[in-house]
Parts: sequence; structure tokens; C-alpha cells
Amino acid sequence: MPIDQSLVGRSFPPTPPRPVTEEHVRAFAESAGGDYDGGPAPATYPIVLAFDAMNAFLEAEQVDLFRIVHGEQKFSYSRPVVPGDVLTATLTVASLRQIGGADIIGTASEITDADGALVCTTRATLVHKGADA
Amino acid sequence: MNPGDVLETQTYDVTRADLVRYAAASGDQNPIHQDESVATSVGLPGVIAHGMYTLALAARAVATWTGGAEVVDLGCKFTNPVVVPADGAVTVTVAGTVKSVDDGLTTLALEVTCDGQKVLGMPKAVVRA
Repeated sequence: MPIDQSLVGRSFPPTPPRPVTEEHVRAFAESAGGDYDGGPAPATYPIVLAFDAMNAFLEAEQVDLFRIVHGEQKFSYSRPVVPGDVLTATLTVASLRQIGGADIIGTASEITDADGALVCTTRATLVHKGADA
Repeated sequence: MNPGDVLETQTYDVTRADLVRYAAASGDQNPIHQDESVATSVGLPGVIAHGMYTLALAARAVATWTGGAEVVDLGCKFTNPVVVPADGAVTVTVAGTVKSVDDGLTTLALEVTCDGQKVLGMPKAVVRA
């Protein structure tokens, strides 16, 4: 079933605050074969927050994760993420179109710190292939 | 760095065990990155790497080239999947050139390939350097 067009422009509740620990930054860096010896997290680390927000969105819309393929991803950083940050992501559905039975969902997630200051904006295009696609 | 500079190509091997580790660390437990039968059920050629895994490799190359400079913008389209075999590894190659240097910001144009095929569309990074 296609995703409802009325979702465009809707923002979902902020994700629960996630403390950024040195251990987790190291685990993230090492999982992509890199190393970490302190300082800012790898550039793609904010995907962890964006993914929290996307999961909550998919759950709310009853969309199966395994039917989602990542089409596009962009990060614009106000500042690097560092251990000690406590971050939250707020996802907005920016666009939605249907092509060949797939939903192309454009999302923007704003990642903010404990003071509410913007750390990073992430934009993702998600391709959803419905069961009948 | 100067516009037109060609950066040293970086290569990275990717195994299914890497994807399992990345799934745990990133929280992306989508089974298309771990389970062949789920992947093929949605029309994929097999288990594919997380697009974000491939972009993380591109970001590693950027960090290597720039000595860990602050990244201001990073992005790409995921145009072709990186299919990861059940045994052994697949190699992802990250090439880069300096596109522009302007007002303290350096823009790098990347080319990310696997088996000679581009897997990311217009991958680009802007760093403060």
C-alpha cells in the first residue's frame, strides 16, 4: 500500500536523548574498519541518531524496515559530534512521491544537543518497496 | 591542497562479519544487510552493504587525505549496491580529487567503486581545511 501523501510536512516527536560515549564512538569507528583515539566522532556518526528517528517514523507508519533501501544521504554539520554530547533527532517528512510502485520518501532530521543547538541536519531519501510492488 | 590535486586512492575490504559489526554499532539491523533470503526476497542480488557503511569508508578516505579535518558537508546517492559474498571480501575503492578551495573550505569530489562500477552517485565532501 502506498504511503499516505498527507505525511508530507509532518514532524515526528524528538527521539529520546542519546548520550554519546567514547566507547560507542570507538565501536562505530572500528565497525567500519577505522580507529578512534579521542576527539570528534567520524563524520557519518550522526546516522545513529537519524536512524533512531527513522525507525520511530517507520514504526508509526507501520512500514517494514526490510522493504526500505537507502537512496540518498546528506549531512550538513554545524559542528562535529564529540563524546559527552547528548543528542536528539527530530524527523520531518519533506517529500513523497510514487515511482513504479515504490514510495520515494524524502526526510530531514535535525540533530540537536542538550542545549537545543543544531549540531547536524541529515537528509535521507528512502525507497520503500511495498509488498505489492 | 589545490584545485585539481588527485588524492591517493584508498581501498577497503568488506566482509559480512564487518556488516554484522556495523549493524550493531549503528543500530541499522535491516536484514537485507545480513540475510541472503530476505535480501533476495525484495529483489536485491544478495546481501548488500549498508549504504552508510560505504559512505563511512568514503569518510575514512577523506579523514586520511585531510588529516582528520572537520567535515562540514558530506553526501551521496546510493546508486548501485555493494554485494558482499558469504565467504571472502569485496573491495571498495575510494578515489578523490580536490574540486575547489574557497574561503577556508575545501571541496573534494569522490569516486567510489566496487568491481569497476560506481556505487555512489556524486559523493562529495566539504572540509574546513
